[in-house]
Amino acid sequence: MERHLKWIVPVGTAAIGLVLGALIFGGGDKPHDEVLVAANPLFSGGDGGSLQGMQVTGVRHEVHDGESIQAAVKAAKAGDVIAVYPGTYHETVYIDKSSITMTGVVREGRYPTLDGEKKLNDAFLYSGDNITIENFKIINYKGNGVMGQAGNNFVIRNNLIHDAGVYGIFPEFGKNGLVEHNVLSGIEDAAIYIGMSDNVDVRHNKVYDNVAGIEIENSRHALVEGNYAYNNTGGILVFITPGLPIKTTYDVIVRDNFVLDNNHENFGAPGSIVSGIPAGTGILVMAADDVVIENNIIAGNDNAGLIVTDISSVTNVASDPESEPNPDRVRILENVMFNNGNNPIGELKALMLTQLETKGPDIVDTGAGSDKCVMNGARYRAYGLGSYRPCRADEISTATIASMTLSAPAEPFVIAADTQDGYERIVGERAYYGVCTGCHAYGVRLIGPPVTEIQAIYEDNPEALAAYIADPVKVRENFPEMPPQDYLSEETRLAVAKYILSTTNTDGR
Amino acid sequence: MKLLGAALAALLMMQGAVRAEDFSLSQACPPSFQKVDGLCQFRSLYQLYPSLEGQGVGGLKTGLPPIRDGFSPQQIDLGRYLFFDPLLSADGTVACASCHEPDKGFADGRGRAIGITGEPVKRSAPSLWNVGFLKRLFWDARADSLEAQMEGPLYDAMEMGNTREGLLAALNGNLNYRRLFATAFERPATNEITLAEIYLAIAGFESSLISLNSRYDYYAHGQADALSEEEIEGLNVFRSFVARCAECHTPPLFTNQQIAVIGTPEPEGMARDTGVAGPTGDPTLRGGFKVPSLRNVALTGPYMHSGRFKTLEEVGDFYTKGRGHAVPEGEELYLHWHIWEPQLRPEEVKSVAAFLQALTDESMKPETPAAVPSGLRVGARVLD
Ligand code: HEC
Ligand code: HEC
Ligand code: HEC
Repeated sequence: MERHLKWIVPVGTAAIGLVLGALIFGGGDKPHDEVLVAANPLFSGGDGGSLQGMQVTGVRHEVHDGESIQAAVKAAKAGDVIAVYPGTYHETVYIDKSSITMTGVVREGRYPTLDGEKKLNDAFLYSGDNITIENFKIINYKGNGVMGQAGNNFVIRNNLIHDAGVYGIFPEFGKNGLVEHNVLSGIEDAAIYIGMSDNVDVRHNKVYDNVAGIEIENSRHALVEGNYAYNNTGGILVFITPGLPIKTTYDVIVRDNFVLDNNHENFGAPGSIVSGIPAGTGILVMAADDVVIENNIIAGNDNAGLIVTDISSVTNVASDPESEPNPDRVRILENVMFNNGNNPIGELKALMLTQLETKGPDIVDTGAGSDKCVMNGARYRAYGLGSYRPCRADEISTATIASMTLSAPAEPFVIAADTQDGYERIVGERAYYGVCTGCHAYGVRLIGPPVTEIQAIYEDNPEALAAYIADPVKVRENFPEMPPQDYLSEETRLAVAKYILSTTNTDGR
Repeated sequence: MKLLGAALAALLMMQGAVRAEDFSLSQACPPSFQKVDGLCQFRSLYQLYPSLEGQGVGGLKTGLPPIRDGFSPQQIDLGRYLFFDPLLSADGTVACASCHEPDKGFADGRGRAIGITGEPVKRSAPSLWNVGFLKRLFWDARADSLEAQMEGPLYDAMEMGNTREGLLAALNGNLNYRRLFATAFERPATNEITLAEIYLAIAGFESSLISLNSRYDYYAHGQADALSEEEIEGLNVFRSFVARCAECHTPPLFTNQQIAVIGTPEPEGMARDTGVAGPTGDPTLRGGFKVPSLRNVALTGPYMHSGRFKTLEEVGDFYTKGRGHAVPEGEELYLHWHIWEPQLRPEEVKSVAAFLQALTDESMKPETPAAVPSGLRVGARVLD
């Protein structure tokens, strides 16, 4: 079931978002099974190929109806592709490794379908970097369709997600990602929820019949572009939720979206943040800074087309003095807005009545925040834009910004800027102090023999030392056995071996 | 009363119970610390991983938040003696270690801690493992440094019952301590010991309590079979968006260090704890507590701020029973949005409890000193 891949890596193409690499699996016994695997667009620019874990070759694993996707994930190594064929799979697939491509093989409209049968929690959970999840149908989960925890350089695209629980697609604590061409409906919170993440593009998705269509929350550098959000309770939300460990939202562009008829009754879980969103909300900007609203078509949203407000609009949560509450430097550029506010509700209705109006506005701003601007403000039925200034010539277009993703992939490791040492030395040092010093010290016996003794035994042979710690044998009568350190990668074991043989710390550790 | 501790110690020393030469301070940094220019700098494999916005919250391969480090080995070792020495209490019966016992996950195995009066105090003693990473301390987050935190137990009438004057007199009256402080702070032994020195030494010791080598960590670093099938199942429930445990108890420390109102009950008959609303006066934080780290949690039951739950399974049941089920009638709480109706199945609760056991790591547990400079009983405490 495994075939080696040959990737065709295009040269000289930097545009992100294009389908760049193509791979054809010819021959074999399944003539119709040639699969196009697009290269991860996040790695096509720059010289990302030199980075760790960025192999563009790997093994292809096939999963067919009746087989386990998780089993293939377990067998996979960095760089591998897991091709899942049409069929129905009842699993929670977790990916705790990096550089894995999960690709659904769609045949004549038949998708590989993950069906949680309302018993399983999440369809995909990933924590590794460089994960792609594409071409799946995901239904009937209780938690999330796709949830990421801290994976960087993620690509989630071309998936059909319906009634998959609380969130459809939820990358959290991730840097550098692309969420595109997904179709999501029936989600009881946000269909696409970018939470506590940086540098993410959300493009060309269709979201409908959800409580929230697209939500950018406590995240920075996001582009929400070309999406179609209709009949959600709220179409597109950009905001700060108090009480989270990463506290800001800024630098968000919302452009070229269709935000239509978001009038769905709110079916958010009691107590959830979105349960307070009034039905009929096109776009909501709450407490987020440097948000640009540009070239959207915003129509038919019965409460208001665009609401700009401060954090006090969420009334059901405990306060957080560390969250800055005001929306600052919001820019409302050219947009088409009409037929909004036909049936304002709650606070907005009361507010409009004080203006002797029964209709809600295209735009309402509750007044908090500073340095906001609007282009051609007079064309909108707006309320509360008194403090807005006209946008300056240098502010009226974001056309120069094609993407918020990084020009080179986010790196999987960090090295303090002030160190002169190479990567291997730092890995060895971290591993030695972080692990070995629990039992070994430089000049004295602890649980294990002193480092000086180890140096005398292994001298110039770090490879042998690395081999020993992976699979220690009993050497000394009066010592306990040393536990295997095989959870450290081969690279780390060699690095710590080299470190231990070269350290001259005479201070006891 | 104030000088009782000092008098007692002096008496013991005169009797020759402790000899000065029994005490010297380690020149080596504790495990997980590297000595650089004479000071101990923290080292861990987790420092190889990035974390979003440097906040130290995320998933498996996520870096840690900043730690309090840079103490000298001598200061840390002096802090160890102080931590175990009941001389710090008013009557020489209670040490920090009385309520934070190394063999009980640096907690005390009780629902509510017992101090100098023999009566239970208001809250449960939390574990001190990895406490050097925490930005805010106490269940209600009212202290923002280890130094500020210590002033709580030292001078609380229910805990160690001491006063600043009493503490200084006791330590300054002890020749061993005068000598050890002189070494640790590189100054003459004729100088008086100061509160700042005492606090710094104890803070150094507390910050050296590192637990980051559990089987969970092996899994995080890449060993797929470090956890059993059931534990992996538990991890998946833990981080799922149904249970949402990881949203608050976020790796790698298993706390996001935020305040959350989750509506835990008090033990039978105990008045409600107002939590963070107490020190802040903010009514929306009524019943709010700092999210505790879950590292070594299997060792530190009973659980929650006042020890209402005996086992991890009981804790799992609490979350499963759903939003507000334990909040008494008429109590207005701003319950956190992640507290909902997860309806975990019994086997899911069991697997989460199994997973939490895999967070146990005591491989860097410091040695309990054989004797303390006062000659009092090491880590003495009020007996049951
Ligand atoms: C839990 C305690 C423990 C930890 C952690 C530990 N060791 Fe050991 N180590 C021992 C003990 C005990 C021995 C002696 C075993 C024997 O002689 O049978 C030993 C022996 C050794 C030896 C000597 C082998 C020989 O041929 O005599 C080497 C080399 C070594 N350890 C390296 C390491 C390195 C590198 C690390 C960190 C990655 C490490 N150890 C972590 C306990 C430990
Ligand atoms: C009588 C038992 C008792 C003694 C003695 C005691 N503690 Fe505690 N400790 C507690 C309790 C109970 C809490 C929680 C109190 C609260 O949150 O209001 C606590 C909290 C702490 C915390 C905060 C941990 C966190 O995660 O927020 C630290 C640190 C701490 N103690 C250190 C010490 C030190 C150092 C000493 C000695 C100077 C000491 N304790 C003595 C019972 C005790
Ligand atoms: C909304 C944030 C939040 C979520 C979600 C959450 N916790 Fe907690 N957890 C807390 C807070 C806050 C406390 C302390 C509450 C108290 O003492 O009253 C706590 C306490 C605990 C404790 C007791 C720790 C101790 O040292 O006493 C355990 C165990 C625990 N949680 C496990 C879990 C598990 C398992 C889940 C998922 C089923 C979970 N938590 C979900 C915030 C949360």
